[in-house]
Amino acid sequence: MRHIISLLMQNEAGALSRVSGLFSARGYNIESLTVAPTEDKTLSRMTIVTSGSDAVIEQINKQLNKLVDVVSVMDLTDGDHIERELMLLKVRAEGGDREELKRMTDIFRGRIIDVTDKTYTIELTGAGHKLDHFLQAIEHKLILETVRTGASGIGRGERILKL
Amino acid sequence: MELTGAEITVRCLQEEGVEYIFGYPGGAVLFIYDELFKQEQVKHILVRHEQAAVHAADGYARSTDKVGVALVTSGPGLTNAVTGIATAYMDSIPLVVISGQVPTGFIGEDAFQEVDAVGITRPCVKHNFLVKDAKDIAITLKKAFYLARTGRPGPVLVDIPKDVSNQKAVYEYPATVNIRSYNPASHGDPLLVKQAAQMLLAAKRPMVYAGGGVVLSDAAKQLTELVRLLDFPVTNTLMGLGSYPSPDKNFLGMLGMHGTLEANMAMQHCDVLLAVGARFDDRVIGNVAHFAEVPRKIIHIDIDPASISKRVKVDVPLVGDVRDVLGDVLALLRASKQKPDAAALKSWWQDIEAWRSRKSLTYRNSTEVIKPQYVIEKLYEVTHGDAFITSDVGQHQMWAAQYYKFNQPRRWINSGGLGTMGFGLPSAMGVQLAHPGAQVACITGEGSIQMNIQELSTCKQFHLPIKVILLNNGYLGMVRQWQEFFHGNRYSESYMDALPDFVKLAESYGHVGARVNRPGDVEGALREAFARKDDLVFLDFHTDPTENVFPMVPGGKGLSEIIMAEDL
Repeated sequence: MRHIISLLMQNEAGALSRVSGLFSARGYNIESLTVAPTEDKTLSRMTIVTSGSDAVIEQINKQLNKLVDVVSVMDLTDGDHIERELMLLKVRAEGGDREELKRMTDIFRGRIIDVTDKTYTIELTGAGHKLDHFLQAIEHKLILETVRTGASGIGRGERILKL
Repeated sequence: MELTGAEITVRCLQEEGVEYIFGYPGGAVLFIYDELFKQEQVKHILVRHEQAAVHAADGYARSTDKVGVALVTSGPGLTNAVTGIATAYMDSIPLVVISGQVPTGFIGEDAFQEVDAVGITRPCVKHNFLVKDAKDIAITLKKAFYLARTGRPGPVLVDIPKDVSNQKAVYEYPATVNIRSYNPASHGDPLLVKQAAQMLLAAKRPMVYAGGGVVLSDAAKQLTELVRLLDFPVTNTLMGLGSYPSPDKNFLGMLGMHGTLEANMAMQHCDVLLAVGARFDDRVIGNVAHFAEVPRKIIHIDIDPASISKRVKVDVPLVGDVRDVLGDVLALLRASKQKPDAAALKSWWQDIEAWRSRKSLTYRNSTEVIKPQYVIEKLYEVTHGDAFITSDVGQHQMWAAQYYKFNQPRRWINSGGLGTMGFGLPSAMGVQLAHPGAQVACITGEGSIQMNIQELSTCKQFHLPIKVILLNNGYLGMVRQWQEFFHGNRYSESYMDALPDFVKLAESYGHVGARVNRPGDVEGALREAFARKDDLVFLDFHTDPTENVFPMVPGGKGLSEIIMAEDL
């Protein structure tokens, strides 16, 4: 099953490699991993999307907690949560395709953030499957380049991961 | 007070009460060696290979309750140390390893003797640090010692670039340390402790399975008291030997791949299992699915939550220090009016005695050729079961574990998790330094001893009167045994051709050597060796090359699918 694990860790050199090294050493899956400093400069927050049996997910949580640099771990998928991912997408936009691409971007509530006479660059935010659907909705041969951040997640309401 | 990084490093070691540091100098640690030279409190033991430095520090730590310390230079110094670090990591041994690093300005430039020490050691340390400023050395070393010895112990690496060791900074050793992300548990959840006590009292076929965690947390007394109070059977893992007195009637011997029939069968057929400081590893449980076929309730005491329900699902997890948690369980058991079901326990002991009566640990002795088991039995007699025994890895290790009846914890020093050949001699050096005057024997094979034979030189320099008990069968015995059983007797590369004359070799290092070929000479040779209190004596026992370790649970099989010597 797919799980989104959020964690707070010491904002120190090498902390990221401790987490990624743990996943590769123990053979756990990483679907995506994002990390950035938080409003507290001593902490970074990481979101890892992984999958595995309940036993594997339990081990992942325990092994993450065991890392000395990891301050706190929360499996967002244990409760209500919100998941978002950002995608930047460059497409060939010429002739009749320009209007069609603009229309699709509006339908998916994306934005065109860069325009040239031959290309559009589109920004789209949402859960991962929404981004997938957008890619399926436009003509494949028009896609020049995509870049996705991987999922960021946060608990709903009073589910708060903070020190 | 402003000091150089090197001075700070040595001051910190003094503050931590470090008695010995095991190491080998080189370019990146010259400033630290210069400071070691100027003082006498921390005594440096010069090894002949960095792997041995870490094993020696490891043996020192295992035989005491102190943190072992090693010092190596950058690049090859560090990479040589990695096997030692991984060995300590697998067995949860508290070490602080200090490595030199190229100057900060050179890091990442593929400088001479540069290696990414933090990167290379990351998977085999509890934690590691690269110190980039001399002002951080004191707090980093404070954290390193704290991390190494608390919680589930383990090795911690501190990598210090050469320029940092020469940089000046204000020195003050921190009195306390607090790491917000690191808070090891001590006592288990009180409700679960209660549940565990009730479960133990209600058991019909109880079993206690105790591992290295009991030794590491100095909980042998609590374990022994609990077992005797309830009159339960108890087994030890390879790492746990000595945590319960082996000659005791409740002791079923070691369990696992080369464990006794009674220990393995009781483990398989019990209805309530108390696992203490042990981690259900593959050499202990064999096939997990086979183990799960018999339903049983499992109570698991361990300091590391990640060890609980990792391979085997546990019913009552007690996360905490083994000694504290056992103490809490004991208090409840003592206060309880309920006693274990005497009739059920009696019937269970009858089952166990029936398994025990098959004497799975017997071997056919000979008057012609020395049986390796016989050497261990004689060693036990000659040392009154009171020696510190270090071991290398292979058949001799298993025979030592099976036939030397350990009475006390911290007397059996071996590489259980990583299975590192070459561990025995250097770890014996650490043990002997920690216990001057004590009897220290290294049980080894002719394969293993050659992996760190150069340490005979260190032993000479520091007057370490270790007794090397070489069980020389001319084969990599455990490899040969598997080839005999599972690879159609094709002894691929397991025959040790062109062996040195170990007697002359020992003598060339300035030690005493003797070869023993006849069973009748075994005891006399051992007595004479131990009578030489000031000499390292190297005894080269030529043993039966065809002898195998029994019983045996073949890899991937279940505990009750055990092969006895008589089966073949």
